[in-house]
Amino acid sequence: MTSKLVFNVTFGFYLLLFFGYLFGPLLAMSVTAFNTSNYPQVIPFEGFTLDWFVKLINHQQMMEGLLNSIIIGIGVVCISVPVGLAAAIIMNQIYHRARSLFYLVTVSPLLTPGVIIGISTVIFWKDMFGLTDFTKAVFYKGIILSILGQSSFVAAYCLLIIMARLTRFDRAQEEAALDLGASYPQVFWHILVPYLRPALVSAGVLGFLSSFENYNTTTFAILADKTLVTVLAGETRQGTTPALSALAVIIIGLSLIGAVIYEYLKRREEAAALAIKENARLAERGEAE
Amino acid sequence: MSSRTLVFLIPLIVIIGFWLMARYESRVAHDPTHKSYWERNGTVLGLTFIGLVAFWSLFLVTLPYLYMVVESFHPKLPPAQRGGPNDFLTIANYKSFFVNQTDGQFNDTHMYAFRYSILVSAGITILNLCICYPLAYYMAQSGTAQKVRLLLLGLIVPYWVNEILRSFAVKLILASNGLLNSSLIKLGIIGPEGKIDFLLHNTGMWVGLSYANLLIMIFPLYNAIESLDKNQIEAARDLGAPWWKIHRDVVIPHAKPGIASGCTLVFMLAAGSLAAPLLLGGPRTLWFTQVVYDFFFQSFNWPRGSAYAFILLAACIAIVLGMLKAFNVKLGEAIK
Repeated sequence: MTSKLVFNVTFGFYLLLFFGYLFGPLLAMSVTAFNTSNYPQVIPFEGFTLDWFVKLINHQQMMEGLLNSIIIGIGVVCISVPVGLAAAIIMNQIYHRARSLFYLVTVSPLLTPGVIIGISTVIFWKDMFGLTDFTKAVFYKGIILSILGQSSFVAAYCLLIIMARLTRFDRAQEEAALDLGASYPQVFWHILVPYLRPALVSAGVLGFLSSFENYNTTTFAILADKTLVTVLAGETRQGTTPALSALAVIIIGLSLIGAVIYEYLKRREEAAALAIKENARLAERGEAE
Repeated sequence: MSSRTLVFLIPLIVIIGFWLMARYESRVAHDPTHKSYWERNGTVLGLTFIGLVAFWSLFLVTLPYLYMVVESFHPKLPPAQRGGPNDFLTIANYKSFFVNQTDGQFNDTHMYAFRYSILVSAGITILNLCICYPLAYYMAQSGTAQKVRLLLLGLIVPYWVNEILRSFAVKLILASNGLLNSSLIKLGIIGPEGKIDFLLHNTGMWVGLSYANLLIMIFPLYNAIESLDKNQIEAARDLGAPWWKIHRDVVIPHAKPGIASGCTLVFMLAAGSLAAPLLLGGPRTLWFTQVVYDFFFQSFNWPRGSAYAFILLAACIAIVLGMLKAFNVKLGEAIK
């Protein structure tokens, strides 16, 4: 019995350390956002203030960067989700031997360091867009290059997420619809897409987030423009201001809300699935309403 | 034909290979119930899918990589001279990694940065494996569903905060007038003059790199250990195996693909990371990606930067493949 107690105490201590490690820095940072001191510090706590949030909103460059980040994120989602969907469908249908090579090509951007993705994107598209003066003037821009560079690996994430759901799809539904005279696009829009909707939504959300917080690829691809994260990196390099902590507090708050909503939706979905199952069971016995 | 246009031929050859393979396969494994790609998707959708995937795998993945490799074999030239007589193929950029072009001495700075990055990344990988294994085991085998869900949520939430801000948070704690030092002074453990500069000694960088990759390690471990049948552990325990033997002989062999995949991901991400070394590294620390970064933004020597980036990529792939081979895990299992 004592050995069990010792184990529990040790493990509890380990858990405490682990989550302390995980959350400690974020908590400390959050406290500094409300401290009046010019240097972001926890102790001594000189006084409570919300000034740093005001400073943040008035930070011209960050707001510009934020706008760019949002544009890039939307662009990346618009490319990556359709590409991921198409790739998942093809992956599901191609012949066995070709599949492993295809898989390797498509997941390689996930294993390549982001720095290298950024560099290769810039080098390649500089020459491609540079072929004519028109394309150079219109397309050779940080925002567009960032969208292209980030899409290369975000599409791979989307592929994996969508693939996980697609493998459980019952093809009989598709064939039944075709036999009943539905056209191919009808089958796609009315059967496959609704079935995949949860996966498409999470691919979109994850895609947007990973685009939004990407640094390694973006810092090369963005050229002379800026995103929120590249501005942040510049600020952190030069020095530290509690305005950065204020930004972090906002992000942490948003993500906590997001996490709670996600958890709530998941539970509701599970409850709904359970209800359907129960209903089906009752129907089988002829007891459904 | 210039070497740069040659790049476009390679994917073409691969695609023709693919097509021939598909033809061959459909003839050999002919199955009358099997419907062809076009029969399943129709022409319009079929073409759309192929078009999207082709755009992605060619223009966003393969061609830029190949183009970068070709670029690395060219000298640095002003735009006007590109494609001219001075634009020949050369291995000078690769040679410059080993030997200085100016004085013929060994290029110690860059080789040191390279070795240092690889070794620290390997260290981070091992460190994270040790930190994450107990928690992953607990979540996968002994925690209740409710608790596991809470723990998972607790793991995921910090990762919604981006990498830069997380580095910033680490910096706030470890800086010479940061939380750790001021707490130590408050507690009287060190005097006000005895401040420890954690950033100078790269402690900050280690912490930042490990912190950034915790989640990447824990999920593959968790998935792998979860698929182990609890009865096997029970059986081992009933037969009197001590806890460390259960882990050594039952859990770890079963979780090997997960361990390999976690280690691969963490190693690649750490070696290729830029933010943590840039923001948390001491002033004397030179991470290899920083060298590459400087070639792009300070000396504007893109070909040499490309060559260095390619050296990094090749070395990482070689190390990962070697590691997988040593642990007898197939690549396919590790990148699932």
